[in-house]
Amino acid sequence: MNAIVKSPFAWLLKREYWESRRGFLWAQVSAAGVILVITILGIIAGEVFRARMEGDTSVHMGGVNLNAMLQNAVSHNTAQLVGALDMTLLSFGFIASVVLFFVVFFYLLGSLYDDRRDRSILFWRSLPISDTGTVLSKVVAAVIIAPLIATVVVLAGYLCMQIVVSVWFLAHGVNPFGLLWGHWQPLSVWLHLLVMVPVNAIWALPTVGWLLLWSAAARSKPFLWAVVIPIVAGVLNLWIGLLGLPHIDAQFFWGDLVGRALLSVVPASWVAPSELATHGINFVQGDQLAAISYSAMGRAFALPQMWIGAIVGVALIAAAIWFRRWRDEA
Amino acid sequence: MNVAAAAIEDRPATPPAAGSETTVHAQGLTKRYKNAVALDGASFDIGPGRIVGLIGPNGAGKTTALKAILGLTDFEGQLKVLGMDPRRERPQLMREVCFIADVATLPRWIRVNEAIDFVAGVHPRFDRAKCERFLARTKLHANQKVREMSKGMIVQLHLAIVMAIDARLLVLDEPTLGLDILYRKQFYQSLLEDYFDENKTILITTHQVEEVEHILTDLLFIRDGKIALSTTMDEMGARFAEVLVNSDRVEAARALNPIDERAAVFGKSIFMYDSADPERLAQLGEVKRPSVSDLFVAIMKGTYA
Repeated sequence: MNAIVKSPFAWLLKREYWESRRGFLWAQVSAAGVILVITILGIIAGEVFRARMEGDTSVHMGGVNLNAMLQNAVSHNTAQLVGALDMTLLSFGFIASVVLFFVVFFYLLGSLYDDRRDRSILFWRSLPISDTGTVLSKVVAAVIIAPLIATVVVLAGYLCMQIVVSVWFLAHGVNPFGLLWGHWQPLSVWLHLLVMVPVNAIWALPTVGWLLLWSAAARSKPFLWAVVIPIVAGVLNLWIGLLGLPHIDAQFFWGDLVGRALLSVVPASWVAPSELATHGINFVQGDQLAAISYSAMGRAFALPQMWIGAIVGVALIAAAIWFRRWRDEA
Repeated sequence: MNVAAAAIEDRPATPPAAGSETTVHAQGLTKRYKNAVALDGASFDIGPGRIVGLIGPNGAGKTTALKAILGLTDFEGQLKVLGMDPRRERPQLMREVCFIADVATLPRWIRVNEAIDFVAGVHPRFDRAKCERFLARTKLHANQKVREMSKGMIVQLHLAIVMAIDARLLVLDEPTLGLDILYRKQFYQSLLEDYFDENKTILITTHQVEEVEHILTDLLFIRDGKIALSTTMDEMGARFAEVLVNSDRVEAARALNPIDERAAVFGKSIFMYDSADPERLAQLGEVKRPSVSDLFVAIMKGTYA
């Protein structure tokens, strides 16, 4: 263990964290903080309205009606209460996923470009580090480190929310300890998010490879190369189709080529539309997590898209390593 | 500059034989870009315990030569650095080679303690205590970000890191560009006092020749991708001479095939000679050893014409 922590690769990962902790950590903390603050403001506003007039004053917490939750708590409607708690955790998870997508997308695009632009690559390359190690550290930071940090922040955000709601419950004379803190089912939801990290990681490989490739290869404006090329290709393909000439099926082109090249870093984007259609994300009733259940994750690995994408992703990462090694800055 | 004098006394009389313990061995080193030739069959050898100035006009191929030595670019011809091929064995090579490519190439986001932790983590030959001793002499503090430093402070940090690495070859590419005179003096002084010894080699390119002239042991002039002159400073002193000639002896001076002639004050002229008979030169006027910059100008004549 100690040998791993002290290996040069661990230091490469640490460097990535130092450089990008603003995105990896603080963006997530701010997003969770915003949810908490909005909830607290909502509770206060609700209390103020309640004091002014009797009637239906609903307080929302990440899409969950807190008043209903309080009622459920009082009437011991455990299933409803736990569903609400699950939903709370998933709200944090959803926001974290959106933030994670943007952070990771731009992190990858800049990771092999920014140090070429400001010439600090010359410092990194004066050290005994292989280019393969450098590029792989960016891959691991993007698909493992950043998502793990996000997942931990989700749990922390959820626990803070529990504290906020507990105080509110206490203010209404409801004991939160048995009700809120006695239900650890949301932890199993969180465990799903954690187990999903490696599934997301493998699914993300084609996008990771595509963005790293342009980050390593572009002399300037990697964003334009990475984003404009697939879109222009898609439009051309569409136009050729309109002319009645042989072209690639549009759904395949946008979904399996462009989509996988640019959007596979969206967490849980491997969830097939059919899975969503069958199960939906219906958290309040019973099978809350069908779409991202462990068996759904297993089914994702049976998709040819998963494996073909991974192979293409690895090839693109290899190309990025080659460019990193031989791209000659004049 | 007693430090420089000491360094000059210490150096071996002749460079070591090529091949045996050569630090850098280049034979027919060539690099072509799309529409220009940066290196055109350059051949040179650099031994341990030398401080070599690689000096040439803009576009002569200096930086390309350094990049080839550091494994940052592909090339044709033969090149061995510490017995390794810099193209194939770059990560291993960089354990024994350090470089400061330019001022201010440290990443702007990094903090002093992060930079030290990182180098200590990835570099097996880095001596952390030594680095901290060097930093204690500066005003830098552990939490400071590179972004908050002046150019001179960035170079202090970079130099403290590099000097704490027990490398065999240190490559400096315009290391003091844009620094004020205090930082520049301090830079070379530190290198001589705390870093250089007979097992190490320092290879410097700079346009500020006057500043490094007294610390160099060897000179490599490069022009149009070829080595125009390769000499130790001792040999240079024996081979090249400058004579201050009165106007009445100018014709006699010209008859001895000077490599350069330029006007001096009071109607006198300065002539530079390559391998001329010292006794005959003494008859013409006052003989002295040319400065590196004057020699450089003489040899590079017509480069931009």
